[in-house]
Amino acid sequence: MALLDIQRVTRRFGDFTAIDDVSLAIEAGEFFTLLGPSGCGKTTLLRMIAGFDLPDAGRILLNGKDLADTPPERRPVRTVFQSYALFPHMTVEGNVAFPLEMARVPASERKARIEGALEDVRLQGFNKRYPHELSGGQRQRVAIARALVTHPAMLLLDEPLAALDAKLREDLSIELINLQKEVGIAFVYVTHDQSEALALSHRIAVMNRGRVEQLDEPSKIYGFPRTAFVADFIGHCNLFGGPVANRANDVVTVDVADLGPVRVGVAAGIANAAKGTVAIRPEKIRIAASAPEGTPDNHFRGTVEDLLYMGDVTVYRVSTPGGAKVEALLANSQSGRAKFFEVGDAVEMSWPVGAGHFIPE
Amino acid sequence: MRRRSAWLYAAALCAYAFLYVPLAIVVLYSFNDSRLNAEWVGFTLAWYKTLFADDQMITAAGNSLLIGIVASFVSTVLGTLAGVAMHRYRLRVLPILIVAPIAIPEILTGVSLLIFFVMLNFTLGLGSVALAHIAFCIGFVAIVVRARLAGMDETLTEAARDCGATPSQAFRRVTLPLIMPGVVAGALMAFTLSIDDFVITFFTAGAGTVTLPLQIYSMIKISVTPEVNAVSTLLMLLTLLLIVVAAKISPTLLRTAREP
Repeated sequence: MALLDIQRVTRRFGDFTAIDDVSLAIEAGEFFTLLGPSGCGKTTLLRMIAGFDLPDAGRILLNGKDLADTPPERRPVRTVFQSYALFPHMTVEGNVAFPLEMARVPASERKARIEGALEDVRLQGFNKRYPHELSGGQRQRVAIARALVTHPAMLLLDEPLAALDAKLREDLSIELINLQKEVGIAFVYVTHDQSEALALSHRIAVMNRGRVEQLDEPSKIYGFPRTAFVADFIGHCNLFGGPVANRANDVVTVDVADLGPVRVGVAAGIANAAKGTVAIRPEKIRIAASAPEGTPDNHFRGTVEDLLYMGDVTVYRVSTPGGAKVEALLANSQSGRAKFFEVGDAVEMSWPVGAGHFIPE
Repeated sequence: MRRRSAWLYAAALCAYAFLYVPLAIVVLYSFNDSRLNAEWVGFTLAWYKTLFADDQMITAAGNSLLIGIVASFVSTVLGTLAGVAMHRYRLRVLPILIVAPIAIPEILTGVSLLIFFVMLNFTLGLGSVALAHIAFCIGFVAIVVRARLAGMDETLTEAARDCGATPSQAFRRVTLPLIMPGVVAGALMAFTLSIDDFVITFFTAGAGTVTLPLQIYSMIKISVTPEVNAVSTLLMLLTLLLIVVAAKISPTLLRTAREP
């Protein structure tokens, strides 16, 4: 039995359907991420798990028990709020002690529990500080310590890294992974940041317009996006849509209007589709000044229209004679020069059938 | 430009003079060694001695203090709840219902309360005055508390619930401490309003009950003696003190209670 079972949950606000018939199960000890753009319903779902909002239809079960009649204070889940929501009139110790007091943990036991929680987030010695005397990263640690101190069954994290700068975000991401392993509590993590989601999670549910588009491991989400939305939202992706012209030996040829026929490998089980989209990641496209050797599965010529020098990589936007825009990426470490091509250079692009991924319509 | 600003200063000076010179004269003549408020004779504290020996005046002051304390306490409790309700339930009609008594002319409130008490056969006295004061103070407290709540992070209450607090625990442990500056300011305001209210008190006090403003009024009907000046000075001092305390409490607590 799953730790948390969300069964056909729907939530509407007036005419707007925030959550549309969502079902998913979260296992004990799992780092689970709800990923999606703002307004996709991920925060609404989190609030319903926490008990701040109730589904209009469907059920949320924790350890097999329906939570519908359980108010937030009696649910064994804790939230780390985006704004941290530390009590400004209490010290760090007061904040961490608060859930213990509410749970009527004897005073003699509290001290050790507080110290343990602060140790978990590496924030010993800050007991007497007030929230306004702490940095953003420290406040976030206090919020996590406060959430963990009562050993909940599940921790809900609402974009906890969004307010921090990039460097700190990376450090704290690693700490979060380690912390989750250490405490073994299921984390449900909400974010709109796909790289955060890929780096942290055991499983990701990609949400869009109140629905789960795909629920999978990070590598599957990235490598085998099930819908065009997922392909586009997770990292950069070229999407070439069109009617299926031919299918033979598990290779589908899609007739792309402004590009030409694009060939892509498909899994044996996939149903015959009349239309579909080929998703191909920019880093999987070979881009070179000269034509590739032999006859590649896909081969197109084009002109560099724009380039973005990112330091470690350069992103090229190439336009083909037919008018298609193809994004290709090249690691700069391959050459002593910082850039391979300039705007206006003629380039040859190629990739094997296995590099792309077919999304039937 | 300079000319115009000189005029502006002059106008401002006149306005302030109009506001404060009468008050200054009252204070000054409370120390005047003469029965008449006409010319300065010499410094004395005699009128303060007379004041403290005046039984009627002491009774009136006692009544005013008692009513002030009871009215400010009760209206602070109810006004705080009203402020929370106005903040939490976004009903358009609620603020109107709660705040309207502030805008209604006092004479109207006084007369209508008098009629109401008589209809109910309620004996006029300290009780009716206190009830009347509570009624008009609630709105003031509610406004101050609501303003304070508007500046508070909504998620703090949710965080308290998330940490296992029931709604009432969340209110007592998190919301109330954070809005306390507003509550205290509201209480002091209610006390000040109660202690110097004349019109509503006049209508609801009945025959035997006298408060400080009523006593002062009845004294000046005969003649303005420096004893009135003395009691007015003390009243002014008390009101001023409360305003200063209220102003002091709010901003300082505001700073420590809010995240920068």
